[in-house]
Amino acid sequence: MKKEFKASINRALNDANLTGALGKFSEAYKVNRAKAYEGMDFEALRSTVAEAKSKAACHLDEVADVFKANAEALGAKVFRTRDPQEVKRYILQLAKDKGVRSVVKSKSMATEEIHLNRALQEEGISVAETDLGEWIIQLAGQTPSHMVMPAIHMTKEEVAEIFSKEVDERLTTDIPRLVKVARNELRPKFLAADMGISGGNIAVAETGSIVLVTNEGNARLVTSLPKIHVALIGVEKLVEKFESVAPILDALPRSATAQLLTSYVSIITGPTPNDDGSQKELHIILMDNRRTEMAQDPKFKQALQCIRCGSCLNVCPIFRLVGGHVFGSIYTGGIGTILTAWFDELKKSEDIQGLCIQCGNCKEVCPGKLDIPEMIMEIRRRLVLEKGQPLLQKAIFGVVNNRRLFHGMLRAASVAAKPFSSAGFIRHLPLFLADLTDGRSLPAIAEKPFRDIFPEIEQPQGKEKAVFYAGCLIDFAYPETGVALVKLLNKAGIEVVFPEEQTCCGAPALYNGAYEVAAQNAIDNIEVLLQHEAQYVVSACPTCTVALAHEFGKTLESLGQTEWMEKAQELAAKTVDLSTLVKRLTDGGRLSFEEGERLPKITYHDSCHLKRTLKVSEEPRELLKKAGYQLEEMFECDMCCGMGGSYSMKLPEISAPILKRKLQNIKETGAPVVAMDCPGCVMQIRGGFDQQGGGVKVKHTAELLAERLKG
Amino acid sequence: MYELFKTKATAVGAEVHRVGGKTEALELIVSLLKGENVTDLPGCRAVWAGGTFLNGIDPGALKELPGLSFEVTRERAAQAKVGISEMSFAVADTGSLVQDQSAAADRLASSLTDIHIALVPSANIVPDKVSLFSRISPRTSRYIAFITGPSRTADIERVLTIGVHGPQRLVIIFVDELEGERG
Repeated sequence: MKKEFKASINRALNDANLTGALGKFSEAYKVNRAKAYEGMDFEALRSTVAEAKSKAACHLDEVADVFKANAEALGAKVFRTRDPQEVKRYILQLAKDKGVRSVVKSKSMATEEIHLNRALQEEGISVAETDLGEWIIQLAGQTPSHMVMPAIHMTKEEVAEIFSKEVDERLTTDIPRLVKVARNELRPKFLAADMGISGGNIAVAETGSIVLVTNEGNARLVTSLPKIHVALIGVEKLVEKFESVAPILDALPRSATAQLLTSYVSIITGPTPNDDGSQKELHIILMDNRRTEMAQDPKFKQALQCIRCGSCLNVCPIFRLVGGHVFGSIYTGGIGTILTAWFDELKKSEDIQGLCIQCGNCKEVCPGKLDIPEMIMEIRRRLVLEKGQPLLQKAIFGVVNNRRLFHGMLRAASVAAKPFSSAGFIRHLPLFLADLTDGRSLPAIAEKPFRDIFPEIEQPQGKEKAVFYAGCLIDFAYPETGVALVKLLNKAGIEVVFPEEQTCCGAPALYNGAYEVAAQNAIDNIEVLLQHEAQYVVSACPTCTVALAHEFGKTLESLGQTEWMEKAQELAAKTVDLSTLVKRLTDGGRLSFEEGERLPKITYHDSCHLKRTLKVSEEPRELLKKAGYQLEEMFECDMCCGMGGSYSMKLPEISAPILKRKLQNIKETGAPVVAMDCPGCVMQIRGGFDQQGGGVKVKHTAELLAERLKG
Repeated sequence: MYELFKTKATAVGAEVHRVGGKTEALELIVSLLKGENVTDLPGCRAVWAGGTFLNGIDPGALKELPGLSFEVTRERAAQAKVGISEMSFAVADTGSLVQDQSAAADRLASSLTDIHIALVPSANIVPDKVSLFSRISPRTSRYIAFITGPSRTADIERVLTIGVHGPQRLVIIFVDELEGERG
């Protein structure tokens, strides 16, 4: 990561106003959004939205042609171009032909994308942004930090300062008064403007309509008062049918600002008369700027389903810490990373793609069904393909791909030092062999790894067998979790098999874009894990479970190694996470827990991969309750703990405050124990409490359950 | 449906009234205008964008209101404190009003003024957008306008503030006597 980028992250993290405002907003957003969607079938709604947008994206040319024909039949002029320069030329020429001296604009990210204001001003045309947030950042000479709330990074003090300069009067920080100032200052500009420029939230091909969604009422004035209206619309806003308008209007305000509907929605279909009786000139510009290329890329086509609500930013644990400006571009957050990689260039996303911790929050709330984490992974992969792996990383993954060497090093680490510290690349080894990070202690490498303990466990011989895939953390740092797992399964009469040749699940390589390394890990594991006759392959690490059940197949497929697909699918079908398996065994009456004793309160932390990829969240809770614990839910129980594998080592400055918030939420429940299903989360959260104190016990669900087995 | 509409519209800051006849509606409007001290001075006037409501109304009844004009130009609307216009439909599930505002006067009266008084036929409350779009279509209406509560922003520190570029007060009057099925 570049030094300047790290510096900008640190500036943002130390900006208390920014982190305070964003933090408060994101906490409230989650609650308000859920309330706005109450009584609605969100899954069905977003499928409808995604399908309509995807359909249009598949036939962009035809849909754009239909739009043009229909809008022009009504008297609008439609200009379609791939080139952002052409957009600017068109508008400038129009302004010149019509003698336009002043322009009022309602919020449009597309105009920001091509830096239209600068082009107009260079020709001597005055431009006023009229959305309050946009006007603030225009006066401040900044770019928007959020696509829906462009000035969310600014305080009322800063706004008062900027406005005071503009109106040449000392203003206080009274927000309603500041808003009134904006109304009074902008009103004469509206009335005098020769041209109004808007964006467009939806463009409907079959009717030639554009739909504008606003709260302040500025778009109504921009489209009504000036005699010329120019709407600049990205082609991803096109839908074929008017029937798609209602579902998009259902989703957009709810997802953007948790409103049932914005104060104003305007559906404009062709030009209307001006107030002096003349006919308005309506120009609609459909802008491409690489959107068609995106639509043709199988991995990124889904990006055109975006309705620009910004909910991916609002739920992002990273965005709420660093805000938008560290993204260094017009579009910010997860979606911004993807759009920047395309609208600017792939290289531009090199640093910012690293901000994504892959927690999957955004994917869950996206009304356009975009898989942003997956697209960011694809950007990583392409960056590695384009630039090659960094030398250090290459050396590390060289080790990971050599199981004997890798495991040898892990063993050596347990002997060499506690806490482990070392120079050179070994400290960058996946997950737990790092010697840095603030606010968190690292676990000692276990004296005796699980692989050495396992042969000593006496097991009942049984027909029913489960292969245990331990993963590096359980094997070398938390063997007790593995022991608990064996105890649980044995109790249900299942014999556990532990193939010693199992190796790293490949997640560290995969999440760094090193697909070849991950593929080799996949092949090695597939071979080993399928060697044994067993009903299940069970893991107590959700990241490993996801690797076995989802990523192996996807990784091998993406590299064209199809000869492995059948076996990858066989493995995936057998793979199950521990809580799901134990829940099944308990439901089937094969396992039961001690009753009668009143156990302390417990709180449960949902791990990202378990909750959002494997969709498992009720199972561990029900098991813990069955085992006698009283569950006390924490605030934001399913928010990432900041671990993210090697993320916490690459960006410890971001990981640490995320962890701090998690520890706080755990402590506020008053529960003396926090349970979780992921050894990575155990490492992060236990390390945090170890350094901070607080006396909360951090336990893997497997251990808590094994302690409570009956008999 | 009226009750659902009222709940939703009130939740976003609109004021909702319902009257039986046009006479009652008129009385309510007059008292609202008087309450706002509407008079023939810049910034204190009122504009009324024509519509079916005014059919058959005795103009004399409104004469006592200085500053009220039925000619809605941008200058008059910009000088007006109150704008009165008709809205064809009310959408219950979001508390929204909808009208074909292809005529500029309808937009000026409902967007440049500080206060917007909206007259709606009580028979035209529809449950949701889907049923709305079976009654109003872009094929016949060039500027379909939705109004949901007063103008609002939260662009400064996420603090909800009412009345940015549009009206800061929205008064909705359902009139039973007004004929439905228009728009």
